[in-house]
Amino acid sequence: MRRLLSPKWLTLIAVCLFVILLSGYFFTKSETTGLGGSMPLPPMVDYNFHIRPILSDKCFACHGPDHNSREADLRLDTEAGAYKALSKTAGMHAIVPGHPNQSEVYLRITSDDELLRMPPATSNLTLTNYEVKLIERWIRQGAEYKPHWAFIPPEKPEIPEVGRTDWPVNELDQFVLAKMKEMDFKPNPKAEKHHLLRRVCLDLTGLPPSEEQLDRFLADDSEEAYERMVDELLSSPAYGERMAMHWLDVARYADSYGYQDDDIRTQWPWRDWVIHAFNENMPYDEFVTWQLAGDMLPEATKEQILASAFNRNHKITEEGGVIEEEYRVAYAIDKTNTFSKGILGITMECAQCHDHKYDPFSQKNYFELYAFFNNSLEKGLEGLVNSGPSKTPRLTITQTDVENILQFINKGDDTSAVSVSVMGERDEARPTYILNRGLYDAPTERAYPGTPASILPFDSARFAPNRLGLAEWAFNEENPLTARVLVNQLWAMVFGRGLVPTVADFGNQGELPSHPELLDWLAADFRDNGWNIQRLLKQFVLSATYRQSSQVTKRHLQEDPENTYLARTKRLRLQAESIRDLALASSGLLNREIGGPSVKPYQPDGIWEVTSSGRGALTNYVQDHDGALYRRGMYVFIKLTVPPPNMLIFDASNRDVCEVTRQRTNTPLQALVMLNDPVILEASRVLSGRILKESSEAAPRQHIESAFRWILSREASEQELTLLETYHKAELKRFKESPAKAKAFLEVGEAPQEETLPVVEQAALMAVVHTLYNLEETITKI
Amino acid sequence: MSKVHMKKDELIEKEVKQARLFQNRRQFLSRLSIGIGSAALGSLLIPDLFSGGGADKEAMAGRLPHFAPKAKRVIYLFQSGGVSQLESFDPKPKLREMMGQDLPESIRGGQRLTGMTSGQASFPLVGSYYDFAQYGKSGAWVSDLFPYMGKVADDLCIIRSLHTDAINHDPAITFFQTGAQQGNRPSMGAWLSYGLGSDNQNLPAFCVLVSKGKGNGQGVYAKLWTNGFLDSVHQGVQFMGGPDPVLYLNNPPGTDKVSRRALLDKLAELNQLQFDAFGDPEISARVQQYEMAYRMQTSVPEVTDLSKEPDHIVKLYGADCLVPGTYAANCLLARKLSENGVRFVQLYHQGWDQHGNLPLEMAGQAKDVDQASAALVTDLKQRGLLDETLVIWGGEFGRTNYCQGKLEHNNYGRDHHPRCFSVWMAGGGIKPGMVYGETDEFGYNIVKNPVHIHDFHATILHQLGLDHEKLTYRHLGRRYRLTDVFGEVVKDILV
Repeated sequence: MRRLLSPKWLTLIAVCLFVILLSGYFFTKSETTGLGGSMPLPPMVDYNFHIRPILSDKCFACHGPDHNSREADLRLDTEAGAYKALSKTAGMHAIVPGHPNQSEVYLRITSDDELLRMPPATSNLTLTNYEVKLIERWIRQGAEYKPHWAFIPPEKPEIPEVGRTDWPVNELDQFVLAKMKEMDFKPNPKAEKHHLLRRVCLDLTGLPPSEEQLDRFLADDSEEAYERMVDELLSSPAYGERMAMHWLDVARYADSYGYQDDDIRTQWPWRDWVIHAFNENMPYDEFVTWQLAGDMLPEATKEQILASAFNRNHKITEEGGVIEEEYRVAYAIDKTNTFSKGILGITMECAQCHDHKYDPFSQKNYFELYAFFNNSLEKGLEGLVNSGPSKTPRLTITQTDVENILQFINKGDDTSAVSVSVMGERDEARPTYILNRGLYDAPTERAYPGTPASILPFDSARFAPNRLGLAEWAFNEENPLTARVLVNQLWAMVFGRGLVPTVADFGNQGELPSHPELLDWLAADFRDNGWNIQRLLKQFVLSATYRQSSQVTKRHLQEDPENTYLARTKRLRLQAESIRDLALASSGLLNREIGGPSVKPYQPDGIWEVTSSGRGALTNYVQDHDGALYRRGMYVFIKLTVPPPNMLIFDASNRDVCEVTRQRTNTPLQALVMLNDPVILEASRVLSGRILKESSEAAPRQHIESAFRWILSREASEQELTLLETYHKAELKRFKESPAKAKAFLEVGEAPQEETLPVVEQAALMAVVHTLYNLEETITKI
Repeated sequence: MSKVHMKKDELIEKEVKQARLFQNRRQFLSRLSIGIGSAALGSLLIPDLFSGGGADKEAMAGRLPHFAPKAKRVIYLFQSGGVSQLESFDPKPKLREMMGQDLPESIRGGQRLTGMTSGQASFPLVGSYYDFAQYGKSGAWVSDLFPYMGKVADDLCIIRSLHTDAINHDPAITFFQTGAQQGNRPSMGAWLSYGLGSDNQNLPAFCVLVSKGKGNGQGVYAKLWTNGFLDSVHQGVQFMGGPDPVLYLNNPPGTDKVSRRALLDKLAELNQLQFDAFGDPEISARVQQYEMAYRMQTSVPEVTDLSKEPDHIVKLYGADCLVPGTYAANCLLARKLSENGVRFVQLYHQGWDQHGNLPLEMAGQAKDVDQASAALVTDLKQRGLLDETLVIWGGEFGRTNYCQGKLEHNNYGRDHHPRCFSVWMAGGGIKPGMVYGETDEFGYNIVKNPVHIHDFHATILHQLGLDHEKLTYRHLGRRYRLTDVFGEVVKDILV
């Protein structure tokens, strides 16, 4: 890696990125010139950055790591394989460094003969001219292979000199600025204070600032005001909730079993623990170790065992007649995939059925990893629908526990015990076999606990051959992935795009990091400083990079639409839960209770009923009332077969499998939710009522100003106020003409309605508030 | 739409166009809307060497469709639970002859059984309680439970040789819909939405209708119409039998079209101020989505309003078609959606899981679906739409030739049987009046022309002009297909 970090390398990437952006520009302008027509080639072609992506995508399927599908006994993923004499063509070599015209690879990709040309027509793959030229130049320059960047442990690189002290706040900014300079980008000016406050509140707590926070922050001009606010947010209980929102996706948390009848289960005490662990700022190594192997720690506490429920959050069948072993295997596979995708950032799934076609993972590697999860006490089928909300092995949490050692669990007034499905290990190891094509009934040779050597060999002298050993392996300082992957996940959460954009795939087919040195610096720093998550987030949000405005210039759009160079902050639509939270918080409806059983707020009629089999506790949607209606979005009940529709419409994970990032789409159904979901309408009614009640004497203009501030955390501009006033007048007129409509409009939601308020006036103000909730800015992190 | 508004629309349109010129076009378009968003067309893509997420270029470079399509749209009448082929389309007199005798081991061949019957001491063969008759010129055999379908037999291609890998409901139905038993893969309709987009910008490309029969049901799941890793604009949109045909469609009480228009106009003006200040094209894109939502509020109630259907249509589908949420109503609605350009209409009718009480339960189920299913074929035909619409009828697997539980004179049950079952297809360039594939005289194994689910998927895509090996999406470093790495088009059944 040291070599990769030389200035030469840096220039290389810069040139390469420039070329790519330029090419994007050309092709947008003229789409018909064909791929790569006149793009300049980089002066020095780099294996990791230029060649491997091509070989991996176009060649490895037949000439890569998968030995079963390897053609012509040729592999191009290793130097040895590519340089050796071809077995089929005497005297020829696939690659002869320095000599493209003696290299069969080059001859074949440029052949006019359809029968000889690679990739073959049957693969449906083609190389562009540009790719061919790159390969030619790479061979001419010596065809140097390099290890895959992500499998080399991160080391702290030197912090680049940027010759500017006025902008950078911390090390992170030096890297970002150095990158910007390559393209002659300048950072955006600082975001306005109110925007910054709203942004950081949403990022660290998932909630908009309170009115008090807003007043205090705007009034405080001291240097430390911002950092003080960040510290305050990090130590607020909402911080743990916000972080859990991310982790629940990784851990595919849900409130039902997920298959067929889809009955209720009670994994929520584990969710309460996750919130608690984040709020305690539990180091990431400990946080994950407990979840992977809490039950195996010496004299494991109930809390540690509870944490291990992480590995029981996957779907569990209660379907009569299933073949138990088929499902027991499916559960172990899910655990394996969740570990590799969520913690290691690699996709092992392919190797379940065959050797990986792109990454150096064999099917044997897969089942070696699987072996760690194959020794659980759980059954493939323990009971049919209605057999209970947890499965063996389970942890029973009593009232005494909650009053003493597990105080973070919110059982409310219910004093009965609650049970959670957790992990437990068999005494005698269950033998693991490689399963042909991943099928439960096709065992072949024996496999023993192990990890892919290309990442970090599983040294049995250092690590025990069980889940606890696996956790130690993951957090060993030589592990190249764990720290990078978490840093990248959280970066994506805050900045909207990972430094490695394919957050779940650090393998050969994943995208390369935009800022490799920054990623390594952050990862090494995170690892060397006790895996401290809050410290990491603080580095992010205190940076000048983070504090830039989100203004987009023409040049940004032309040359960096994805904001790879971070010369601005990207406007990001809030995630599903936060949209709900924002409406509830700004209207004053939000119930700040933490944890406990998930809740069932308003939901369109019939959507559980029409799909349900008619068996189990979740056949009918029984809506909650009172305070339970106003809990945060993360507590909304997730029935796996029918997840809450308003959440899915805003790209929430359906929690079927481990997910590490969400999409951010923009669809008409989202508009319909914002316009017509009773949650938003009720918030509009309640906020309008509150404003009218608090300042009944004030003019409509002041009411509007006040609503604006509640929802958008800033003062409305003169222009905005005028527009809204005009609208308010028109609505007032409309409702005056038809008070029945005003009354009907107000009849939404179960929150009590202040009867003394003037109906027509409130309806008109409610219409304005409703408009404000529908602004693009409202559901966007600016 | 007022003149003032038109002007504003044009302005916004212009800005969006401007922004689009400079934006990463693929990203922008894929987020834009149901209609345009699905235009996964090669010419819009830029080469991206740091490629990874999102669509991949060569899949698109082929231009979609890959060749001239026979069918433009699909209506899939999914019979959830596993319809018995032995009481519908695959008559086996031998089973009546051998009633009560044990299934010969030579026929079973040691194949796996579900946990529900694997423990049974014996596997007594059971013949159909219902008789079969031949229909039409093709002389296709159809059981007495489905007289209406019999009457349209000359329009159907009955495949008796479908087989699947899964033996339980959840994995089997998931496999049918997504091409994989486990995991979060895109549904067939999502693939088509992604590949072909929508012909109607005011309706989703992929619509879902769910109904329930009185028979033993197994539930259906939203994951069956998931977009999986595809952009969420390709997710199936569930249409409900009720006042809100699409979730959140209706304006709240106290508002109407005029006041909603006023709200949208105000929103557009306010959002414009944001756009002026920040220049982010996403802002304009959101304004466009609100407009699209507004158009849906008109187009959806229009298309879902069945009250204006003439008497002869109501008579054709049966009186139930006026009762929202019934299978018959959903069939009629499917025709209307399809007629209006919806690419893929997916119906589910639950209740076909007859482990016991088969004769009685299946009669009830058949009564629910027979007339309306046949009516849909007839109706499309009389409108000249059958040629371009592919209609599919069938469940996730078949049922065993032996009795589950106690075999009585006039009562029995059948367990799940993945090794052979029957479905029918009609229209969309599939040969009419054909029976394809053959099972042995026990109705246990396929003896001729087996059709695997992957083959079935490949054939559906083929009829829509898509090469199932080329319709790919790159996700987590790998190109995914609906057909995984399998599937052969069943050429024998194509016109």
